[in-house]
Amino acid sequence: MIVKVSDNIISPLGMSTAENYAAVKAGRSELKRHDGLWNLPEPFTASLMDRNKVEQAFAELADNERYTFFEKMIILSAKKALAQTDIDPTSDKVLFILSTTKGNVFLLDKRKTGFPAERVRLGLAAKQMTDFFHNHNTPIVLSNACISGVCAQIQAMRELASGHFDYVVTVGADVQSAFIVSGFQSFKALSVEPCKPFDANRCGLNLGDAAATIIYTRKEKVDETDWVACRGAIRNDANHISGPSRTGEGSYRALRAVLGDMNPDQIAFINAHGTATPYNDEMESVAIERAGLSQVPVNGLKGYYGHTMGAAGILETILSMQAIDDHNILATKGFETIGVTHPLVLSNQNQPTEKRAFIKLLSGFGGCNAALLMKKGGAA
Amino acid sequence: MQHEVYITPEMVMVDGKALNHKEKDAALLTELYRAHIGDYPKFFKMDTLCKLGFVASELLLQAEGAPRFEPREDRAVVFFNRNASLQADTVYQATIQDPDNFYPSPAAFVYTLPNIVTGEIAIRNKYFGETSFIVMDEKDEKIMARELQNAFQDPMMKSILGGWLDCTDENHFEAKLSLIFKS
Repeated sequence: MIVKVSDNIISPLGMSTAENYAAVKAGRSELKRHDGLWNLPEPFTASLMDRNKVEQAFAELADNERYTFFEKMIILSAKKALAQTDIDPTSDKVLFILSTTKGNVFLLDKRKTGFPAERVRLGLAAKQMTDFFHNHNTPIVLSNACISGVCAQIQAMRELASGHFDYVVTVGADVQSAFIVSGFQSFKALSVEPCKPFDANRCGLNLGDAAATIIYTRKEKVDETDWVACRGAIRNDANHISGPSRTGEGSYRALRAVLGDMNPDQIAFINAHGTATPYNDEMESVAIERAGLSQVPVNGLKGYYGHTMGAAGILETILSMQAIDDHNILATKGFETIGVTHPLVLSNQNQPTEKRAFIKLLSGFGGCNAALLMKKGGAA
Repeated sequence: MQHEVYITPEMVMVDGKALNHKEKDAALLTELYRAHIGDYPKFFKMDTLCKLGFVASELLLQAEGAPRFEPREDRAVVFFNRNASLQADTVYQATIQDPDNFYPSPAAFVYTLPNIVTGEIAIRNKYFGETSFIVMDEKDEKIMARELQNAFQDPMMKSILGGWLDCTDENHFEAKLSLIFKS
Protein backbone atom coordinates (compact mmCIF):
# COMPACT_ATOMS: atom_id res chain seq x y z
CA MET A 1 0.00 0.00 0.00
CA ILE A 2 1.02 3.61 -0.50
CA VAL A 3 1.68 5.44 2.76
CA LYS A 4 2.81 8.90 3.83
CA VAL A 5 6.35 9.17 5.18
CA SER A 6 6.45 12.86 6.11
CA ASP A 7 5.07 16.25 5.14
CA ASN A 8 5.57 20.00 5.36
CA ILE A 9 3.63 23.20 4.75
CA ILE A 10 5.20 26.62 4.17
CA SER A 11 2.62 29.37 4.20
CA PRO A 12 1.95 32.75 5.78
CA LEU A 13 0.65 30.76 8.78
CA GLY A 14 3.95 29.00 9.43
CA MET A 15 6.97 27.12 8.15
CA SER A 16 5.97 23.64 9.36
CA THR A 17 2.91 21.39 9.28
CA ALA A 18 2.52 21.68 13.07
CA GLU A 19 2.55 25.51 13.01
CA ASN A 20 0.05 25.57 10.17
CA TYR A 21 -2.33 23.10 11.80
CA ALA A 22 -2.21 24.94 15.14
CA ALA A 23 -2.94 28.26 13.40
CA VAL A 24 -5.87 26.84 11.41
CA LYS A 25 -7.30 25.09 14.45
CA ALA A 26 -7.17 28.42 16.29
CA GLY A 27 -9.02 30.08 13.39
CA ARG A 28 -6.16 32.28 12.20
CA SER A 29 -5.76 33.61 8.69
CA GLU A 30 -3.31 35.93 6.95
CA LEU A 31 -5.82 37.02 4.30
CA LYS A 32 -5.27 40.78 3.99
CA ARG A 33 -6.40 43.49 1.65
CA HIS A 34 -3.69 44.89 -0.64
CA ASP A 35 -4.07 48.28 -2.31
CA GLY A 36 -1.70 49.17 -5.14
CA LEU A 37 0.55 46.13 -4.68
CA TRP A 38 2.45 45.18 -7.88
CA ASN A 39 1.00 48.36 -9.45
CA LEU A 40 -2.37 46.66 -9.84
CA PRO A 41 -5.11 49.26 -10.28
CA GLU A 42 -7.69 47.36 -8.21
CA PRO A 43 -7.30 46.21 -4.59
CA PHE A 44 -7.37 42.50 -3.76
CA THR A 45 -7.35 40.27 -0.69
CA ALA A 46 -4.70 37.58 -0.53
CA SER A 47 -2.64 35.50 1.88
CA LEU A 48 0.95 36.44 0.97
CA MET A 49 4.27 35.21 2.34
CA ASP A 50 6.68 37.52 4.11
CA ARG A 51 9.44 37.17 1.51
CA ASN A 52 12.14 38.23 4.00
CA LYS A 53 11.19 35.33 6.23
CA VAL A 54 11.62 32.92 3.31
CA GLU A 55 15.01 34.45 2.44
CA GLN A 56 16.18 34.14 6.05
CA ALA A 57 15.20 30.48 6.19
CA PHE A 58 16.70 29.82 2.76
CA ALA A 59 20.01 31.47 3.64
CA GLU A 60 20.76 28.42 5.80
CA LEU A 61 20.45 26.18 2.72
CA ALA A 62 21.94 28.05 -0.23
CA ASP A 63 22.63 31.36 -1.92
CA ASN A 64 19.42 33.40 -2.12
CA GLU A 65 20.56 35.11 -5.33
CA ARG A 66 20.57 31.89 -7.35
CA TYR A 67 16.93 30.99 -6.90
CA THR A 68 13.62 32.71 -7.54
CA PHE A 69 11.09 33.11 -4.72
CA PHE A 70 9.07 30.22 -6.19
CA GLU A 71 12.13 27.95 -6.32
CA LYS A 72 13.07 28.83 -2.74
CA MET A 73 9.57 27.88 -1.61
CA ILE A 74 9.66 24.43 -3.25
CA ILE A 75 13.23 23.67 -2.14
CA LEU A 76 12.52 24.76 1.45
CA SER A 77 9.35 22.71 1.69
CA ALA A 78 10.95 19.57 0.19
CA LYS A 79 13.99 20.03 2.44
CA LYS A 80 11.87 20.29 5.58
CA ALA A 81 9.88 17.16 4.62
CA LEU A 82 13.06 15.21 3.77
CA ALA A 83 14.77 16.32 7.01
CA GLN A 84 12.22 14.28 9.00
CA THR A 85 13.29 11.08 7.20
CA ASP A 86 16.44 9.09 6.48
CA ILE A 87 15.73 9.12 2.71
CA ASP A 88 18.75 9.69 0.48
CA PRO A 89 17.41 12.20 -2.09
CA THR A 90 20.30 11.45 -4.47
CA SER A 91 19.04 7.86 -4.96
CA ASP A 92 17.72 6.72 -8.36
CA LYS A 93 14.78 5.28 -6.44
CA VAL A 94 13.59 8.75 -5.36
CA LEU A 95 11.40 10.75 -7.76
CA PHE A 96 10.38 14.40 -7.37
CA ILE A 97 6.94 15.43 -8.63
CA LEU A 98 6.00 19.11 -8.74
CA SER A 99 2.43 20.41 -8.79
CA THR A 100 2.18 23.97 -10.04
CA THR A 101 0.09 26.08 -12.38
CA LYS A 102 2.24 29.15 -12.99
CA GLY A 103 5.69 28.51 -11.45
CA ASN A 104 7.99 31.43 -12.32
CA VAL A 105 5.46 33.19 -14.59
CA PHE A 106 6.52 36.58 -13.19
CA LEU A 107 9.68 36.24 -15.34
CA LEU A 108 7.54 37.07 -18.41
CA ASP A 109 7.38 40.64 -17.11
CA LYS A 110 10.13 42.34 -19.09
CA ARG A 111 10.69 44.85 -16.29
CA LYS A 112 11.93 42.07 -13.99
CA THR A 113 15.56 41.08 -14.26
CA GLY A 114 18.08 38.91 -12.53
CA PHE A 115 17.03 35.48 -13.77
CA PRO A 116 17.19 33.83 -17.19
CA ALA A 117 13.82 34.08 -18.94
CA GLU A 118 13.93 30.32 -19.65
CA ARG A 119 13.30 29.64 -15.95
CA VAL A 120 9.66 30.37 -16.77
CA ARG A 121 9.60 26.76 -18.04
CA LEU A 122 8.03 24.66 -15.30
CA GLY A 123 10.35 21.70 -15.90
CA LEU A 124 13.40 23.93 -15.54
CA ALA A 125 12.07 25.43 -12.30
CA ALA A 126 11.52 21.87 -11.02
CA LYS A 127 15.07 21.00 -12.09
CA GLN A 128 16.44 23.74 -9.80
CA MET A 129 14.96 21.68 -6.97
CA THR A 130 16.25 18.27 -8.12
CA ASP A 131 19.68 19.77 -8.83
CA PHE A 132 19.71 21.21 -5.32
CA PHE A 133 19.14 17.71 -3.91
CA HIS A 134 21.52 16.09 -6.48
CA ASN A 135 18.68 13.88 -7.73
CA HIS A 136 19.18 12.75 -11.32
CA ASN A 137 15.66 11.62 -12.21
CA THR A 138 13.76 13.98 -14.51
CA PRO A 139 11.21 15.76 -12.32
CA ILE A 140 7.60 15.38 -13.45
CA VAL A 141 5.43 18.53 -13.33
CA LEU A 142 1.67 18.12 -13.06
CA SER A 143 -0.01 21.24 -14.39
CA ASN A 144 -3.74 20.61 -14.34
CA ALA A 145 -5.01 23.96 -13.09
CA CYS A 146 -6.48 23.91 -9.57
CA ILE A 147 -6.54 20.09 -9.29
CA SER A 148 -2.77 19.73 -9.81
CA GLY A 149 -2.05 18.97 -6.14
CA VAL A 150 -4.31 15.91 -6.10
CA CYS A 151 -3.10 14.85 -9.58
CA ALA A 152 0.49 14.94 -8.29
CA GLN A 153 -0.44 12.66 -5.38
CA ILE A 154 -2.25 10.25 -7.71
CA GLN A 155 0.83 10.27 -9.93
CA ALA A 156 3.01 9.53 -6.90
CA MET A 157 0.77 6.57 -5.95
CA ARG A 158 1.08 5.16 -9.47
CA GLU A 159 4.87 5.57 -9.68
CA LEU A 160 5.18 3.67 -6.40
CA ALA A 161 2.58 0.98 -7.23
CA SER A 162 4.30 0.22 -10.54
CA GLY A 163 7.57 -0.28 -8.65
CA HIS A 164 9.53 2.32 -10.58
CA PHE A 165 10.45 4.25 -7.45
CA ASP A 166 10.63 3.65 -3.68
CA TYR A 167 9.97 7.22 -2.58
CA VAL A 168 8.15 10.10 -4.27
CA VAL A 169 8.66 13.64 -2.98
CA THR A 170 5.42 15.36 -3.99
CA VAL A 171 5.74 19.14 -3.83
CA GLY A 172 2.98 21.62 -4.67
CA ALA A 173 3.44 25.38 -4.89
CA ASP A 174 2.35 28.61 -6.47
CA VAL A 175 3.30 32.18 -5.66
CA GLN A 176 1.11 35.13 -6.50
CA SER A 177 1.98 37.85 -8.99
CA ALA A 178 0.39 40.60 -11.08
CA PHE A 179 -0.14 38.00 -13.82
CA ILE A 180 -2.32 35.71 -11.71
CA VAL A 181 -4.18 38.36 -9.70
CA SER A 182 -5.06 40.49 -12.74
CA GLY A 183 -6.22 37.39 -14.60
CA PHE A 184 -8.62 36.31 -11.87
CA GLN A 185 -9.75 39.94 -11.52
CA SER A 186 -10.52 40.03 -15.25
CA PHE A 187 -12.68 36.95 -14.68
CA LYS A 188 -14.52 38.78 -11.87
CA ALA A 189 -13.67 35.74 -9.74
CA LEU A 190 -12.03 37.55 -6.80
CA SER A 191 -13.68 38.79 -3.63
CA VAL A 192 -12.24 42.01 -2.18
CA GLU A 193 -13.33 40.73 1.25
CA PRO A 194 -12.12 37.52 2.93
CA CYS A 195 -13.86 34.65 1.10
CA LYS A 196 -16.97 32.88 2.41
CA PRO A 197 -17.00 29.25 1.21
CA PHE A 198 -20.49 27.76 0.72
CA ASP A 199 -22.05 30.87 2.28
CA ALA A 200 -25.20 32.57 1.01
CA ASN A 201 -23.22 35.82 0.61
CA ARG A 202 -20.12 34.36 -1.02
CA CYS A 203 -18.86 36.51 -3.85
CA GLY A 204 -15.57 35.07 -5.03
CA LEU A 205 -12.22 33.68 -4.10
CA ASN A 206 -8.98 35.00 -2.58
CA LEU A 207 -5.53 33.93 -3.72
CA GLY A 208 -2.59 32.77 -1.62
CA ASP A 209 1.10 31.84 -1.61
CA ALA A 210 2.09 28.41 -0.29
CA ALA A 211 4.30 25.40 -0.80
CA ALA A 212 3.49 21.97 0.61
CA THR A 213 5.16 18.57 0.41
CA ILE A 214 4.11 14.98 1.10
CA ILE A 215 6.61 12.15 0.74
CA TYR A 216 5.03 8.80 -0.11
CA THR A 217 6.41 5.28 -0.11
CA ARG A 218 5.21 1.65 -0.52
CA LYS A 219 4.62 -0.49 2.54
CA GLU A 220 3.56 -4.15 2.80
CA LYS A 221 2.15 -4.10 6.30
CA VAL A 222 0.38 -0.96 7.43
CA ASP A 223 0.39 0.21 11.07
CA GLU A 224 -2.57 1.78 12.83
CA THR A 225 -0.88 5.19 12.71
CA ASP A 226 0.05 5.06 9.00
CA TRP A 227 -1.75 7.32 6.54
CA VAL A 228 -2.72 5.32 3.46
CA ALA A 229 -3.44 6.92 0.08
CA CYS A 230 -6.21 4.48 -0.92
CA ARG A 231 -7.62 5.62 -4.26
CA GLY A 232 -7.49 8.66 -6.50
CA ALA A 233 -9.47 9.57 -9.61
CA ILE A 234 -9.45 12.35 -12.19
CA ARG A 235 -12.55 12.97 -14.31
CA ASN A 236 -13.59 15.66 -16.80
CA ASP A 237 -16.94 17.48 -16.97
CA ALA A 238 -16.80 17.48 -20.80
CA ASN A 239 -18.86 20.64 -20.48
CA HIS A 240 -16.99 23.98 -20.41
CA ILE A 241 -13.36 25.13 -20.17
CA SER A 242 -13.93 27.82 -17.53
CA GLY A 243 -17.29 27.07 -15.90
CA PRO A 244 -18.21 24.13 -13.68
CA SER A 245 -20.79 21.58 -14.82
CA ARG A 246 -24.35 22.19 -13.57
CA THR A 247 -24.64 18.47 -12.89
CA GLY A 248 -21.29 18.34 -11.07
CA GLU A 249 -20.45 15.67 -13.64
CA GLY A 250 -16.70 15.26 -13.24
CA SER A 251 -16.66 15.74 -9.46
CA TYR A 252 -19.54 13.27 -9.08
CA ARG A 253 -17.75 10.67 -11.22
CA ALA A 254 -14.44 11.21 -9.38
CA LEU A 255 -16.19 10.84 -6.01
CA ARG A 256 -17.94 7.66 -7.17
CA ALA A 257 -14.66 6.20 -8.42
CA VAL A 258 -12.74 6.77 -5.15
CA LEU A 259 -15.63 5.70 -2.93
CA GLY A 260 -15.77 2.22 -4.46
CA ASP A 261 -17.69 -0.03 -2.09
CA MET A 262 -16.68 1.94 1.01
CA ASN A 263 -19.54 2.77 3.37
CA PRO A 264 -19.92 6.59 3.49
CA ASP A 265 -20.46 6.18 7.23
CA GLN A 266 -16.71 5.54 7.60
CA ILE A 267 -15.80 8.95 6.17
CA ALA A 268 -15.10 11.73 8.69
CA PHE A 269 -15.46 14.53 6.13
CA ILE A 270 -15.08 15.65 2.56
CA ASN A 271 -12.50 18.42 2.33
CA ALA A 272 -14.02 20.27 -0.61
CA HIS A 273 -12.46 22.73 -3.05
CA GLY A 274 -14.79 25.44 -1.64
CA THR A 275 -13.30 28.40 -3.50
CA ALA A 276 -16.28 30.59 -2.51
CA THR A 277 -17.18 31.44 -6.09
CA PRO A 278 -20.94 31.11 -6.62
CA TYR A 279 -20.61 28.38 -9.28
CA ASN A 280 -17.90 26.19 -7.79
CA ASP A 281 -19.49 25.70 -4.39
CA GLU A 282 -22.92 25.08 -5.90
CA MET A 283 -21.43 22.51 -8.28
CA GLU A 284 -19.74 20.68 -5.42
CA SER A 285 -23.01 20.48 -3.50
CA VAL A 286 -24.64 18.86 -6.55
CA ALA A 287 -21.79 16.37 -6.99
CA ILE A 288 -21.72 15.42 -3.29
CA GLU A 289 -25.46 14.81 -3.24
CA ARG A 290 -25.36 12.78 -6.47
CA ALA A 291 -22.60 10.63 -4.98
CA GLY A 292 -24.85 9.85 -1.99
CA LEU A 293 -22.61 11.69 0.46
CA SER A 294 -24.99 14.40 1.70
CA GLN A 295 -24.76 13.09 5.24
CA VAL A 296 -20.95 13.33 5.36
CA PRO A 297 -19.62 16.58 6.89
CA VAL A 298 -17.99 18.94 4.40
CA ASN A 299 -15.34 21.57 5.10
CA GLY A 300 -13.25 24.03 3.08
CA LEU A 301 -9.97 25.72 4.03
CA LYS A 302 -9.80 28.66 1.59
CA GLY A 303 -10.89 31.05 4.38
CA TYR A 304 -7.49 30.47 6.06
CA TYR A 305 -5.16 30.49 3.03
CA GLY A 306 -7.08 31.69 0.01
CA HIS A 307 -6.69 29.57 -3.10
CA THR A 308 -3.07 28.40 -3.19
CA MET A 309 -3.51 26.82 -6.66
CA GLY A 310 -0.77 24.24 -7.25
CA ALA A 311 -0.22 23.90 -3.49
CA ALA A 312 -3.90 23.56 -2.55
CA GLY A 313 -4.38 19.82 -3.12
CA ILE A 314 -1.30 18.92 -1.08
CA LEU A 315 -1.69 21.57 1.64
CA GLU A 316 -5.35 20.68 2.23
CA THR A 317 -4.61 16.93 2.26
CA ILE A 318 -1.93 17.46 4.93
CA LEU A 319 -4.21 19.58 7.14
CA SER A 320 -7.00 17.01 6.79
CA MET A 321 -4.64 14.22 7.95
CA GLN A 322 -3.56 16.40 10.89
CA ALA A 323 -7.19 17.05 11.77
CA ILE A 324 -8.05 13.35 11.88
CA ASP A 325 -4.91 12.66 13.95
CA ASP A 326 -6.38 15.27 16.33
CA HIS A 327 -9.93 13.75 16.13
CA ASN A 328 -11.12 17.02 14.65
CA ILE A 329 -13.10 18.28 11.66
CA LEU A 330 -11.70 21.73 10.91
CA ALA A 331 -14.11 24.65 10.80
CA THR A 332 -14.99 26.28 7.47
CA LYS A 333 -13.78 29.80 8.18
CA GLY A 334 -15.93 32.48 6.56
CA PHE A 335 -19.03 30.29 6.35
CA GLU A 336 -22.17 31.48 8.14
CA THR A 337 -25.38 30.60 6.31
CA ILE A 338 -25.75 27.76 3.85
CA GLY A 339 -25.81 29.18 0.34
CA VAL A 340 -25.94 26.13 -1.92
CA THR A 341 -29.16 24.52 -3.10
CA HIS A 342 -28.23 20.94 -2.16
CA PRO A 343 -27.92 20.70 1.61
CA LEU A 344 -24.48 19.97 3.04
CA VAL A 345 -23.31 19.39 6.62
CA LEU A 346 -21.07 22.44 7.22
CA SER A 347 -19.84 24.26 10.31
CA ASN A 348 -17.76 27.31 11.15
CA GLN A 349 -16.69 25.60 14.39
CA ASN A 350 -14.25 22.72 14.84
CA GLN A 351 -16.18 19.48 15.38
CA PRO A 352 -15.06 16.24 17.06
CA THR A 353 -14.77 13.00 15.06
CA GLU A 354 -13.51 9.47 15.76
CA LYS A 355 -13.58 8.42 12.09
CA ARG A 356 -10.33 7.78 10.26
CA ALA A 357 -10.93 8.49 6.57
CA PHE A 358 -11.56 11.56 4.42
CA ILE A 359 -11.94 12.55 0.79
CA LYS A 360 -10.08 15.49 -0.74
CA LEU A 361 -12.04 16.98 -3.65
CA LEU A 362 -10.87 19.55 -6.21
CA SER A 363 -12.06 21.01 -9.49
CA GLY A 364 -10.54 23.43 -11.97
CA PHE A 365 -10.41 25.18 -15.32
CA GLY A 366 -10.39 22.82 -18.26
CA GLY A 367 -13.37 21.02 -16.69
CA CYS A 368 -11.08 18.84 -14.60
CA ASN A 369 -11.99 17.32 -11.25
CA ALA A 370 -10.07 15.10 -8.85
CA ALA A 371 -10.82 13.15 -5.70
CA LEU A 372 -8.51 11.32 -3.31
CA LEU A 373 -9.53 8.90 -0.55
CA MET A 374 -7.15 8.85 2.43
CA LYS A 375 -7.48 6.52 5.41
CA LYS A 376 -5.53 6.13 8.60
CA GLY A 377 -4.40 2.61 9.43
CA GLY A 378 -5.31 0.33 6.54
CA ALA A 379 -6.93 0.24 3.15
CA ALA A 380 -10.55 1.06 2.52
CA MET B 1 -3.30 -0.97 -35.99
CA GLN B 2 -1.71 1.81 -33.96
CA HIS B 3 -2.89 5.21 -35.19
CA GLU B 4 -0.57 8.20 -34.99
CA VAL B 5 -0.65 11.85 -36.05
CA TYR B 6 2.46 14.01 -36.36
CA ILE B 7 2.23 17.75 -37.05
CA THR B 8 4.99 20.35 -37.35
CA PRO B 9 4.79 23.84 -38.96
CA GLU B 10 5.84 22.25 -42.31
CA MET B 11 4.54 18.70 -42.22
CA VAL B 12 1.48 16.60 -41.41
CA MET B 13 1.68 12.81 -41.16
CA VAL B 14 -1.25 10.52 -40.43
CA ASP B 15 -0.40 6.88 -39.78
CA GLY B 16 2.99 7.44 -41.40
CA LYS B 17 1.62 8.95 -44.63
CA ALA B 18 2.08 12.61 -45.51
CA LEU B 19 -1.13 14.62 -45.74
CA ASN B 20 -1.35 17.20 -48.55
CA HIS B 21 -1.46 20.86 -47.59
CA LYS B 22 -0.51 24.26 -49.03
CA GLU B 23 0.04 26.37 -45.92
CA LYS B 24 2.64 26.27 -43.18
CA ASP B 25 3.07 27.72 -39.66
CA ALA B 26 -0.07 29.15 -38.00
CA ALA B 27 -1.97 29.07 -41.30
CA LEU B 28 -1.39 25.32 -41.53
CA LEU B 29 -3.60 24.64 -38.50
CA THR B 30 -6.41 26.78 -39.96
CA GLU B 31 -6.08 25.01 -43.32
CA LEU B 32 -6.29 21.60 -41.63
CA TYR B 33 -9.32 22.75 -39.65
CA ARG B 34 -11.14 23.96 -42.80
CA ALA B 35 -10.18 20.94 -44.93
CA HIS B 36 -10.83 18.16 -42.41
CA ILE B 37 -13.12 19.46 -39.64
CA GLY B 38 -15.01 22.69 -40.32
CA ASP B 39 -17.98 22.27 -37.94
CA TYR B 40 -16.51 23.71 -34.73
CA PRO B 41 -16.22 27.53 -34.92
CA LYS B 42 -14.92 27.64 -31.34
CA PHE B 43 -11.63 26.64 -32.99
CA PHE B 44 -11.02 30.27 -33.93
CA LYS B 45 -11.13 31.41 -30.27
CA MET B 46 -8.51 28.90 -29.17
CA ASP B 47 -4.86 29.55 -28.36
CA THR B 48 -2.20 27.75 -30.42
CA LEU B 49 -1.83 24.80 -28.03
CA CYS B 50 -5.58 24.12 -28.16
CA LYS B 51 -5.75 24.57 -31.96
CA LEU B 52 -2.87 22.15 -32.36
CA GLY B 53 -4.31 19.58 -29.97
CA PHE B 54 -7.78 19.92 -31.43
CA VAL B 55 -6.67 19.44 -35.05
CA ALA B 56 -4.28 16.60 -34.18
CA SER B 57 -6.90 14.75 -32.11
CA GLU B 58 -9.52 15.15 -34.86
CA LEU B 59 -7.18 13.72 -37.52
CA LEU B 60 -6.29 10.89 -35.16
CA LEU B 61 -9.90 9.98 -34.40
CA GLN B 62 -10.82 10.22 -38.09
CA ALA B 63 -7.99 7.79 -38.84
CA GLU B 64 -9.29 5.43 -36.16
CA GLY B 65 -12.71 5.54 -37.82
CA ALA B 66 -14.63 4.39 -34.74
CA PRO B 67 -18.08 5.85 -33.93
CA ARG B 68 -17.69 9.27 -32.33
CA PHE B 69 -19.35 11.69 -29.90
CA GLU B 70 -20.87 8.96 -27.70
CA PRO B 71 -20.45 9.90 -24.01
CA ARG B 72 -17.77 7.68 -22.43
CA GLU B 73 -15.72 7.56 -19.23
CA ASP B 74 -13.19 4.92 -20.31
CA ARG B 75 -10.90 7.11 -22.42
CA ALA B 76 -8.22 9.34 -20.91
CA VAL B 77 -6.55 12.36 -22.53
CA VAL B 78 -2.92 12.69 -21.36
CA PHE B 79 -0.49 15.15 -22.94
CA PHE B 80 3.14 16.08 -22.36
CA ASN B 81 5.23 19.08 -23.28
CA ARG B 82 8.13 21.33 -22.43
CA ASN B 83 6.64 24.82 -22.58
CA ALA B 84 3.29 24.40 -20.78
CA SER B 85 1.07 27.32 -21.92
CA LEU B 86 3.93 29.68 -22.83
CA GLN B 87 2.31 31.01 -26.03
CA ALA B 88 -0.93 31.91 -24.21
CA ASP B 89 1.04 33.25 -21.23
CA THR B 90 2.93 35.60 -23.55
CA VAL B 91 -0.29 36.81 -25.17
CA TYR B 92 -1.85 37.48 -21.75
CA GLN B 93 1.30 39.19 -20.40
CA ALA B 94 1.09 41.68 -23.28
CA THR B 95 -2.35 42.77 -22.01
CA ILE B 96 -0.92 43.76 -18.60
CA GLN B 97 2.65 44.78 -19.47
CA ASP B 98 1.99 48.50 -19.98
CA PRO B 99 0.46 50.29 -16.96
CA ASP B 100 -0.88 53.00 -19.32
CA ASN B 101 -2.52 50.42 -21.55
CA PHE B 102 -3.68 47.85 -19.01
CA TYR B 103 -6.48 45.68 -20.32
CA PRO B 104 -6.28 42.16 -18.75
CA SER B 105 -8.31 39.90 -21.02
CA PRO B 106 -10.34 37.01 -19.59
CA ALA B 107 -10.48 35.46 -23.08
CA ALA B 108 -6.67 35.35 -23.10
CA PHE B 109 -6.27 34.41 -19.41
CA VAL B 110 -8.40 31.27 -19.67
CA TYR B 111 -5.82 29.68 -21.99
CA THR B 112 -2.89 30.30 -19.61
CA LEU B 113 -3.09 26.71 -18.35
CA PRO B 114 -1.75 23.80 -20.42
CA ASN B 115 -4.57 21.43 -19.45
CA ILE B 116 -7.23 23.58 -21.15
CA VAL B 117 -6.58 21.63 -24.37
CA THR B 118 -7.42 18.36 -22.61
CA GLY B 119 -10.73 19.95 -21.62
CA GLU B 120 -11.41 21.14 -25.18
CA ILE B 121 -10.94 17.59 -26.48
CA ALA B 122 -13.07 16.14 -23.67
CA ILE B 123 -15.87 18.59 -24.51
CA ARG B 124 -15.70 17.91 -28.25
CA ASN B 125 -15.78 14.13 -27.79
CA LYS B 126 -17.88 13.83 -24.58
CA TYR B 127 -15.00 12.17 -22.74
CA PHE B 128 -15.67 12.05 -18.98
CA GLY B 129 -12.48 10.09 -18.27
CA GLU B 130 -9.16 11.25 -16.85
CA THR B 131 -7.58 14.37 -18.38
CA SER B 132 -4.03 15.33 -17.48
CA PHE B 133 -1.10 17.46 -18.61
CA ILE B 134 2.49 16.65 -17.64
CA VAL B 135 5.38 19.06 -18.20
CA MET B 136 9.01 17.94 -18.40
CA ASP B 137 12.02 19.91 -19.54
CA GLU B 138 13.25 17.40 -22.12
CA LYS B 139 11.14 15.25 -24.41
CA ASP B 140 11.75 11.77 -23.03
CA GLU B 141 9.90 8.91 -24.79
CA LYS B 142 10.66 6.47 -21.97
CA ILE B 143 9.10 8.71 -19.33
CA MET B 144 6.08 9.36 -21.53
CA ALA B 145 5.57 5.61 -22.07
CA ARG B 146 5.88 5.06 -18.30
CA GLU B 147 3.32 7.74 -17.46
CA LEU B 148 0.85 6.54 -20.11
CA GLN B 149 1.01 2.99 -18.73
CA ASN B 150 0.58 4.44 -15.22
CA ALA B 151 -2.70 6.06 -16.32
CA PHE B 152 -4.15 2.55 -16.86
CA GLN B 153 -3.89 2.01 -13.10
CA ASP B 154 -7.25 3.76 -13.00
CA PRO B 155 -9.40 0.65 -13.55
CA MET B 156 -11.96 2.59 -15.59
CA MET B 157 -9.50 3.70 -18.30
CA LYS B 158 -9.40 1.39 -21.35
CA SER B 159 -7.69 3.71 -23.84
CA ILE B 160 -5.70 6.95 -23.91
CA LEU B 161 -5.56 9.71 -26.49
CA GLY B 162 -2.10 10.95 -25.64
CA GLY B 163 1.35 12.12 -26.59
CA TRP B 164 3.53 15.17 -27.12
CA LEU B 165 1.89 18.56 -27.67
CA ASP B 166 4.14 21.61 -27.51
CA CYS B 167 4.34 25.14 -28.84
CA THR B 168 6.40 28.23 -28.07
CA ASP B 169 4.49 30.69 -30.27
CA GLU B 170 1.82 30.53 -32.97
CA ASN B 171 4.32 29.48 -35.65
CA HIS B 172 6.41 26.98 -33.69
CA PHE B 173 4.74 23.76 -32.59
CA GLU B 174 4.94 19.99 -32.59
CA ALA B 175 2.25 17.39 -32.01
CA LYS B 176 2.76 13.64 -31.94
CA LEU B 177 -0.38 11.95 -30.71
CA SER B 178 -1.54 8.36 -30.73
CA LEU B 179 -4.29 6.15 -29.37
CA ILE B 180 -3.05 3.66 -26.80
CA PHE B 181 -5.21 0.73 -25.69
CA LYS B 182 -4.96 -1.13 -22.40
CA SER B 183 -3.13 -4.41 -22.97
